[in-house]
Amino acid sequence: MVILTMDKTFILDGKTIPFEEGETIMEAASAAGVYIPHLCHHPEFKPHGSCKLCTVSIGGRLGASCTNKAAAGMVVESETEALNADRRALTQMLFVEGNHICPSCEKSGNCQLQAVAYHLDMLTPHFTHFYPARDIDASHPDVLLERNRCILCELCVRASRDVDGKNVFGIGGRGIKSRLIVNSASGRLADTNLSVTDRAVEVCPTGAILRKRHGFTVPIGRRLYDHHDIAEVPVAGMKEPRSS
Amino acid sequence: MTEPKKLRVATCSLAGCFGCHMSLLDIDEKLFDLLKVVEFDRSPITDIKTCGPCDIGIVEGGVCNAENVHVLKEFRKNCKVLVAMGACAITGGIPALRNNVDLWDCFQEVYHYGIGLENGQIPNDPELPLPFDKVHPINEVVRIDYFLPGCPPSADAIWQFLTDLAAGREPKLDYEMLHYD
Repeated sequence: MVILTMDKTFILDGKTIPFEEGETIMEAASAAGVYIPHLCHHPEFKPHGSCKLCTVSIGGRLGASCTNKAAAGMVVESETEALNADRRALTQMLFVEGNHICPSCEKSGNCQLQAVAYHLDMLTPHFTHFYPARDIDASHPDVLLERNRCILCELCVRASRDVDGKNVFGIGGRGIKSRLIVNSASGRLADTNLSVTDRAVEVCPTGAILRKRHGFTVPIGRRLYDHHDIAEVPVAGMKEPRSS
Repeated sequence: MTEPKKLRVATCSLAGCFGCHMSLLDIDEKLFDLLKVVEFDRSPITDIKTCGPCDIGIVEGGVCNAENVHVLKEFRKNCKVLVAMGACAITGGIPALRNNVDLWDCFQEVYHYGIGLENGQIPNDPELPLPFDKVHPINEVVRIDYFLPGCPPSADAIWQFLTDLAAGREPKLDYEMLHYD
């Protein structure tokens, strides 16, 4: 049993959160059962800090909770109207930058982008839609790469590199031209050693990487986020909440 | 005692599938309760063809041709409160899947190369509205006051939304009523 001393705690939205040395604010908050909205963060992978949804106020300065280490006595705010408005705007921008047409997407109901938008009470993408032209790669026998739905979180890049040891994915281009690319001479998914059982396939938070022949298998009403807010749905690989 | 003045409501479907209107009808017997507080102006339900001054306008579908813009502007001009109902009005939705297909290629596919077609012709009557090269959500054309997502929004969500609005409350959807599909 870990005995928590007073100097190993910080304040998050008025609540005392214990942490272990080296933990990020996000990790300590998750362990305490407190949800901070996020998309590129996953407990199993090295923090990326790119989606910025998990931005919190740390002693009055803004920072990503997935990359900032918890420190004794720090005062962190997350559930403020202003921060949630920023998170909503970021999510809206992710929606209009891609082609996220939920009614035609196999991932709908199990999609983290959609679930975060529900959590933030997003009623409209608000901004002008880009409707970008993006390629689909259907060459692989078991896996579909649907770039229209990619949010560039790099979870597949990290999973393929760090867990699968295959380095199948990468991000090419810059700025608005950034895109998910495939590490083969032809650039096609079929010409890589990606397997349908790879962690990189399973970890995609949206419908960008899909297992073929598994679409719409779970009926509406029984999908992951049909009845439960993403804040209440545990993520695979997340640390067990510490008993207080 | 005089009856309270009913809210006048207009509805239309632009580049949509009428699914949202079907969901509106799916309110079932509560439609009778609804009709105690609202009356319909232009709507597929009344078959009135032009929109007069209204309290609430409800628009299903995005904008895919010149006539859609005409109708949408007529609604904005006449309705105190304008509501975007459903995925297509809010994001372009399924019709927007054609936004990265060349319009001519799209027509060729539908009218010339479609399965089972023989001697297909692309419709060219001057009365047909001019199609746009892309489908747009309606908030890219006029100001929208409220958004009611869903494909379609459930009857419960529409009921909740309309009764909130009729009672002068800010509409609020419960978690299970908010969905994009």
